[in-house]
Amino acid sequence: MSTAALHAEHDSHHNDHKESFISKYVFSMDHKMISRQFLITGIIMGIIGMGMSLLFRLQLAWPDEQFGILETLLGKWGKDGKIDPNFYMGLVTIHGTIMVFYVLTAGLSGTFSNLLIPLQVGARDMASPFMNMLSYWFFFMSSTVLLISIFVETGPASAGWTVYPPLSALEKAMPGSGLGMTLWLVAIALFIVSSLLGGINYISTVLNMRTKGMSMNRMPLTVWAFFFTAILGVLSFPVLLGAALFLIFDRSFGTSFYLSDIYLEGVGALENIGGSPVLYQHLFWFLGHPEVYIILMPALGITSEVISTNARKPIFGYTAMIISLMGISILSFIVWGHHMFITGMNPFLGSVFMILTLIIAVPSAVKAFNYLATLWRGNLRFTPAMLFSIGLVSFFISGGLTGIYLGNAAMDIQLHDSYFVVAHFHLVMGSAAIFGMFAGIYHWFPKMFGRMMNNTLGYFHFWFTFISAYLVFFPMHFMGLAGVPRRYYQFTLLKEFDVWMDVNKLITVAAIMGGVAQLFFLWNFFYSIFKGKKSTQNPWESNTLEWSTPIEHLHGNWPGEIPTVYRGPHEYSRPDRELDYFPQHLPDETAPVTAPQEGEQTAPTAVAPEETVESSVFFAAIKRVFGLS
Amino acid sequence: MSNHSEAAFEKQPMWAGGRSPFNVSYGKLMMWIFLLSDAFTFSSLLIQYGAQRFSNVQTAVTTKWPDPASIFNHFPFMHGFHLPLLFVSVMTFILILSSVTMVLAVEAGHRNSKKEVQRYMFYTIIGGVAFLSCQAWEWATFIHEGARLDGNFFGITKEGYDHLHSVHFGSHFEWDKAVDRTNGPVPFAALFFIVTGFHGFHVFSGVVINVVMYIMTARGSFERRGHYEMIEKAGLYWHFVDLVWVFVFTFFYLI
Repeated sequence: MSTAALHAEHDSHHNDHKESFISKYVFSMDHKMISRQFLITGIIMGIIGMGMSLLFRLQLAWPDEQFGILETLLGKWGKDGKIDPNFYMGLVTIHGTIMVFYVLTAGLSGTFSNLLIPLQVGARDMASPFMNMLSYWFFFMSSTVLLISIFVETGPASAGWTVYPPLSALEKAMPGSGLGMTLWLVAIALFIVSSLLGGINYISTVLNMRTKGMSMNRMPLTVWAFFFTAILGVLSFPVLLGAALFLIFDRSFGTSFYLSDIYLEGVGALENIGGSPVLYQHLFWFLGHPEVYIILMPALGITSEVISTNARKPIFGYTAMIISLMGISILSFIVWGHHMFITGMNPFLGSVFMILTLIIAVPSAVKAFNYLATLWRGNLRFTPAMLFSIGLVSFFISGGLTGIYLGNAAMDIQLHDSYFVVAHFHLVMGSAAIFGMFAGIYHWFPKMFGRMMNNTLGYFHFWFTFISAYLVFFPMHFMGLAGVPRRYYQFTLLKEFDVWMDVNKLITVAAIMGGVAQLFFLWNFFYSIFKGKKSTQNPWESNTLEWSTPIEHLHGNWPGEIPTVYRGPHEYSRPDRELDYFPQHLPDETAPVTAPQEGEQTAPTAVAPEETVESSVFFAAIKRVFGLS
Repeated sequence: MSNHSEAAFEKQPMWAGGRSPFNVSYGKLMMWIFLLSDAFTFSSLLIQYGAQRFSNVQTAVTTKWPDPASIFNHFPFMHGFHLPLLFVSVMTFILILSSVTMVLAVEAGHRNSKKEVQRYMFYTIIGGVAFLSCQAWEWATFIHEGARLDGNFFGITKEGYDHLHSVHFGSHFEWDKAVDRTNGPVPFAALFFIVTGFHGFHVFSGVVINVVMYIMTARGSFERRGHYEMIEKAGLYWHFVDLVWVFVFTFFYLI
């Protein structure tokens, strides 16, 4: 049978527009609605995860104080205004799980892959809208189960977001190892199904549904990033499923895959022999490391697009960006051992993992320098999205550099499980990715909701968040270097850590400031959905295809034929054009040079000729140095 | 996409957009990607198997790993005969045969021959059900012999056996009481149950899919659609399950 016939069959799905409330807003199969569902669920999960971090920051800063509000909020877990130590562990675990999986994996990738892949490659919808809907609802169920687990009597899972056995494998190891842990595993199993359904869809949409002329090397870098992210997810999450399967058997059916020779207080010596918890760590980090890039790469893709659009310049090194994404994707599968330097691995293996880990610095540096080179001498438009993208570049560099310290096996022995690690990954993967997500929200909000967000509130949001993120995470480096361990309930019994008490207070105050800053965003977001300024069709004067669709959402995206693509996505400030952008779908010969609409702000279009010459001389010199010309 | 004329970009390179790069429909592509991801799931299980098997050490009383030929030597209605691995070979043969009938069904689908598709899908379903029944018998026999998830006593050496006998010497020697389940290489039975069980679950899903395909064929859904691509997708899955069995069979029975 021909492919065209199948496509025709696919297209015919989009013809009926009679939709009830349920099929439009709840069980929607339209990728734009699904992306909004992912986004709003992700934001809600983000609020919960952030609230948890504020709770345990309060405990760390004032371990001896009593806060009446905690008892009101947490009931028996906040008795006498102090957080229960077991619940503290639960908070840390659920905070990590929510942020890593629910906000930055599903909330980020789910939102923007769903919104942008079909719109930017020129497809009517995802390859399988039905699977796409299932993907969201599995995610929803998973979120619900995870939230329910907070309310069980013995508390939520408390073994850390990595749920290492034996804490996760023995139901009596600690209170959170009981029902809370079981629900955690159920939630993650549902999450894996959701991620798999989504990932399969993203890959086949990118490969099969591109419009005419949209060759792979004309795809926006966002789509490339989502594509590689989906591949990572499809290949790494199944391994977590395998690990979780053995864990479930260890917990509930008496097997000993991860358990051996354990003495449990109150229970006695356990019968389990022959297992090894290190095996779990290997399987977990085979997912866990690619997961870091599943989180980060969509943010990097969004940043590429936002920076290029708002610097009114082609992205510097488009091909290099793709190759570095590919390099990061491949390397991410063979570096998981750097999370396990001190678990008793063969030192030779450690050095192999160390070298491979340090090689990741190369593609990462390519990306960082390309961002800087794109910004250099651009006509920068400091929209909130642009600020958040530049913030991402900042975090990516400052957090990435400490990655080189931690990737070093010898250094890691000192730094492992200290606040240095917390600082590192919160900067490079937490803050950077969430900044990418914010950039995406501010940039594509007009596409999602047809209205603009308020810029002033956006600036407030950015500066408060940016400053507080650095204030929170930067001092942690010094704490970590001094040996302060992570995940501790309080440090009052360890006199040598007394000097860090004031720093802890500073961090907590900054964290509260960061939390308050998010109120600007929340107000801005939800207010603008209903009352924001109406958006124009192409508010950022962007080149990519999604801005050629009408503002009103159609099921099927384009009212007539899907536009054909004539050039790459980053042709900004072309010298032969009067306008400083050239949308991908406008043909060369009939290019209508329309004047900018009234009242619309445009950047200065022409660059002074001598400057152009100067920069071209500069790049020619660089090319000569590297023998490229 | 239906609006594009195929001829207009016949000369375009494969990845130019507007057509599928491998000339494969998105549904089939999805199945391939799913199978790739499922292959990773099975790999994680088999890696667990390898890691546990090769970290086991031989002791005075246990071998490094039980010899499968001495455990799986039963055959229905042939009690008392020593027939190593005969039954599992029959199972494997049945599964591979069902793959052959699946190929015939897909081929018949290409010729739009509804009757033949129906016939071969029926044979495939029979093969799948037969395999599952065999597996049920295999499990039942294995459990009857004393295999449990929480331990294992297969793989005890002659010395170990004599030792146990000398400790518990008497007229009423009871194997179950004398032998602690942790005496043999511990994860042997548990791994067997989990990995063959996970594979069996895949076969079961495959049978369900095949039954759905059979019903859809019988009701003429594919005939109206003009192509039997769904049969091809089900076929991809079925062959994958078959391929995985080849690995499971090799690891658990042959080596």
